[in-house]
Amino acid sequence: MAFRDRLPRFREQSIDANDSKRTLPEALTHHAKHIAKTTRHHATRLVKRSRHHAKQLAKKTRHHLSNLPGVLSRAAQRSATAVVSSVKKIPSATTNLVSRIPRRVAASDKAARTPVSKPTQRASGSVVDRIIGVTGEALMTAGVFVLLFLGWHVWYNDVVSGIAQNNAGAELSENWDNVPLTVPEFDRSPGDSAGARLTPEPPVTASPAINQRFATLIVPRFGDTFERPIAHGVDPKKVLNVRNAGLGHYPQTSDLGEVGNFAVAGHRTTYGAPLGNIDQLRVGDRLYIETEAGWYVYRFRNLEYVWPKEVGVIGPVPQSKAKAADRLFTLTSCHPKLSSAERVIAYSVFETFVARDRGAPAEVAAMKASG
Amino acid sequence: MYSALWKILPGPRWAKIVQAVAIAILVLSVAVEWVFPWAAETFIQPETTVD
Repeated sequence: MAFRDRLPRFREQSIDANDSKRTLPEALTHHAKHIAKTTRHHATRLVKRSRHHAKQLAKKTRHHLSNLPGVLSRAAQRSATAVVSSVKKIPSATTNLVSRIPRRVAASDKAARTPVSKPTQRASGSVVDRIIGVTGEALMTAGVFVLLFLGWHVWYNDVVSGIAQNNAGAELSENWDNVPLTVPEFDRSPGDSAGARLTPEPPVTASPAINQRFATLIVPRFGDTFERPIAHGVDPKKVLNVRNAGLGHYPQTSDLGEVGNFAVAGHRTTYGAPLGNIDQLRVGDRLYIETEAGWYVYRFRNLEYVWPKEVGVIGPVPQSKAKAADRLFTLTSCHPKLSSAERVIAYSVFETFVARDRGAPAEVAAMKASG
Repeated sequence: MYSALWKILPGPRWAKIVQAVAIAILVLSVAVEWVFPWAAETFIQPETTVD
């Protein structure tokens, strides 16, 4: 193609005000007309095509509907007619709509003569915007993770740890069943309410090395599967928070079976929450501490709510300087739930000891049978 | 951040979705297994003992 042939097209498309052949208004008018022409052309094609598709759609619909079984056919024919007629309306409606567009553009020639302001650059994609966007996304992600963490801490890890602690307790107890007794003989004469002695003298279970497990706590009130290991020591990371323990014996308190106070700590919430239902205990409820030797049976006496510093609760005679004469079992936990502002204390009194070779106490046997 | 990740992931849309889900599961399991326990021990000390 010769340069001469290209030149007029170039001039037509030019909107340069310095163009010798056209003024700016003339150029704009020309462009407006050109746009109008193009739009009209495309609109016409669009209408033609949509009419064609509509016809096809109508045909197909009619065909499918006529194939429906006899019962439906009459209703189907009626709806088919409705569909076809409404489909037929589409092209003409579209024609009306699109035919108006080019005329409006053509009529706005005058508007085209007025100077056009330079379009402002959109700010999106700038560096600042991108930094703000990424920061926002990072902050939202962090927020989601904080919520996930809370859910994990308060619910997921609590449930998983609780199940793991019960399994660990049951496993310990099963192992004790299979180990020959190593505890010394003790007075096994049964209790007699009329006699001087209500409870047989239980064996004393010497506390093992720190963080070692030596007993399990079974509380029917806390559920049919509740059997949590007790370790020696109350270190959070090594005893109270871990999945194979959960309960910790205060090392400075009496040994199990000794006259005095056997004190144990456990979480009220989170980390398996072994003492989550401590406030559900009723006076007289039995608590069983199982060891290799057998079951130490305690009866729940009362709750006490104290400040965190009140160490008197784990003394030989709680909150008193009296000389110890009874065997007490004290549980300490957090209060209120999900807070460590106060402590809730549960006191129980020793009732009896059941040696392993006599078989588990009825309540414990029933729990183990059902669990 | 996420749009960049979407652009980096290769393949058609379904492959991108599969990869994105896999990454999400990976990140979550790392969080549950290591990050959350560490955060709990570091930032939250629920006291249950009297001392």
